[in-house]
Amino acid sequence: MLTILFDGIAYGLLLFILAVGLSITLGLMNFINLAHGAFAMAGGYITVIMVHRFGISFFWSLPAAFIITAVLGAFLERTLYVQLYDKSHLDQVLFSLGLIFMSVAAVDYFMGANQQIVNLPPSLDGRLQFFGASIGYYRLFVIILCSLLTIGLQLVLTKTRFGSRLRASVDDQRVARGLGIDVSRIFALTFAMGSGLAGLGGALGAPFFNIDPTFPLKFMIYFLIVIAVGGTTTITGPFFSALLLGVADVAGKYYVPAIGGFIIYTIMVAVLIFRPQGLFGRVTGR
Amino acid sequence: MLLRRQFLGVCAGVALSFGLSGLALAEDTVKIGLILPMTGPSASTGREIEAAIKLYMQQNGDKVAGKKIEVITRDDTGQADITKRLAQELVVNEKVAVIAGFGLTPLALAAGPIATQAKVPAVIMAAGTSMIVEQSPFFVRTSFTLPQNTTPMAEWAAKNGIKKVVTLVSDYGPGIDAEKAFKEKFTADGGQVLDSLRAPLRNPEFAPFLQKAKDLKPDALFLFVPSGQGASLMKQVAERQFKEAGIQVIGTGDVLDDEQLNAMGDVVLGMITSMDYSAAHDSPENKKYVAEFEKANPGMRPNFMSVGGYDGIALIYKALEKTGGDTTGTKLIEAMKGMAWTSPRGPISIDPDTRDIVQNVYIRKAEKVNGQIYNVEFATVPNVKDPLHGKK
Repeated sequence: MLTILFDGIAYGLLLFILAVGLSITLGLMNFINLAHGAFAMAGGYITVIMVHRFGISFFWSLPAAFIITAVLGAFLERTLYVQLYDKSHLDQVLFSLGLIFMSVAAVDYFMGANQQIVNLPPSLDGRLQFFGASIGYYRLFVIILCSLLTIGLQLVLTKTRFGSRLRASVDDQRVARGLGIDVSRIFALTFAMGSGLAGLGGALGAPFFNIDPTFPLKFMIYFLIVIAVGGTTTITGPFFSALLLGVADVAGKYYVPAIGGFIIYTIMVAVLIFRPQGLFGRVTGR
Repeated sequence: MLLRRQFLGVCAGVALSFGLSGLALAEDTVKIGLILPMTGPSASTGREIEAAIKLYMQQNGDKVAGKKIEVITRDDTGQADITKRLAQELVVNEKVAVIAGFGLTPLALAAGPIATQAKVPAVIMAAGTSMIVEQSPFFVRTSFTLPQNTTPMAEWAAKNGIKKVVTLVSDYGPGIDAEKAFKEKFTADGGQVLDSLRAPLRNPEFAPFLQKAKDLKPDALFLFVPSGQGASLMKQVAERQFKEAGIQVIGTGDVLDDEQLNAMGDVVLGMITSMDYSAAHDSPENKKYVAEFEKANPGMRPNFMSVGGYDGIALIYKALEKTGGDTTGTKLIEAMKGMAWTSPRGPISIDPDTRDIVQNVYIRKAEKVNGQIYNVEFATVPNVKDPLHGKK
């Protein structure tokens, strides 16, 4: 029972880290970036290459995955995404879908279509017994790391100058510009951070899922569900929705395996019927 | 659209039954249309099969009964509608005498109607759902069927002190076949299946299913996932520590695919599986096959998919020899029925009634041999036919 809860929380937090970047670009920057999963995949492949081609420790590959995907995100934001900020949502969707297919084909070409396996360092293998629950070290590691990241992120957004500038830029770009805030720099930084987090999520998820080139497509649905259920105006919304979905998914598959796979979709439909703006969203004027 | 397809089908049929005897004979080339997933999630299947076919043609030359053999490979990326379109193009435009390949069950099923209408033999080199060959009188299979490989596993389990089993399979045709076949044989032999779990085919998280299986405290856990997904499953199996809980992990050889086996690491050691082929199969034919395959494709180990392709092309060669180069579809199919020879996997034959393969199934244990992990065979169940055919 506790084991299930624990596995569910680990899965949920991982989903959150993967999806939070999307929530930021979608909710704060009002940009639909379906190619978000491609950054997560990039993070996963960076881990694979570092750990298995060069024999670098898994722990070092995590910050590397974050930094490299963040830089990649910043680069793409400056060159490509920036052109689309004031285009219609349909254009943004088509553009980012195109990016997904390009990333899938590119990874297929360079790395092959096989699932890539990431083997964990021995220090993260194994399980511990805790009040009758059997807990995998790696899942515990994921939970701790993701919780710290969430707290940090929340603090950055609410307590720092950068956070308030970001919120100001989002609320009203023109006024923010008028007050001397460099909106485009803030957006680039935010986008890079979101991509970096996705990359980190991909790296953390790689030992669970074994990534392959179709990762961005496979996981796009999960990201979108997290965002749809959680709402996009805060990051606490996606946080709780990811936890809810993670636990519900794992518990559903455990207790009623016959329909387990449908549970998260059912939750999404139910939430969207009763609260179309998401569980924690506020109705915005936009 | 339908009318046009039917028309094309009829044209193709006419072209093949009349045209080929005059037109293609004069050209003295027999074209074989190979449709495989060369990209996408099942790409490894396609690459293994293609490599094996190239090897066979390199070993045996490209001439049979005075005809030159030309293989045209097309990539269906693992999607059934593309398979169907490619099959049609190959039959109508390229006028192939045989279509072959088919990496997954739905892909084979999509090509069935075209084979039937055009009267072109379709050699299944990979797909493993039992009922495929019943869908067209022009289907022949040289791979395996899931029930064929699963039943011996159930028998072995029942005989070796395993009383309670939980099964976990991928939720699609072959997985359900495996689940059914295992349950039927195992309960008939006095065992008990505690629960039958089905994980969605594109399932990223096996954890809840595995935890459930573990909590039911069976003597053994039976696994099936398609070729290519075994690694991620086995990692999570190891994480749940089944071995330490005294639960034997068993399954079909698909899970411990030779191609990925080494990369899975020591976690798979001790797992018992049943399959029609292992790269470690001890026979002179196989030693030669593995050595030459690995020489031609560095870094690749031949798996059960490759041998399906190797025997598939062998069957086409042998059938052409028997018809003296006549490529009429019905004659080729007749020639294929009952064909028997020794393949790298051991003695095999084509059942004249079902056009399905009859072969030995081996029980194997994952072990380290010279620092590499192999499925080492320790028991043989000879001449297994697919147990589901004819059962309705």
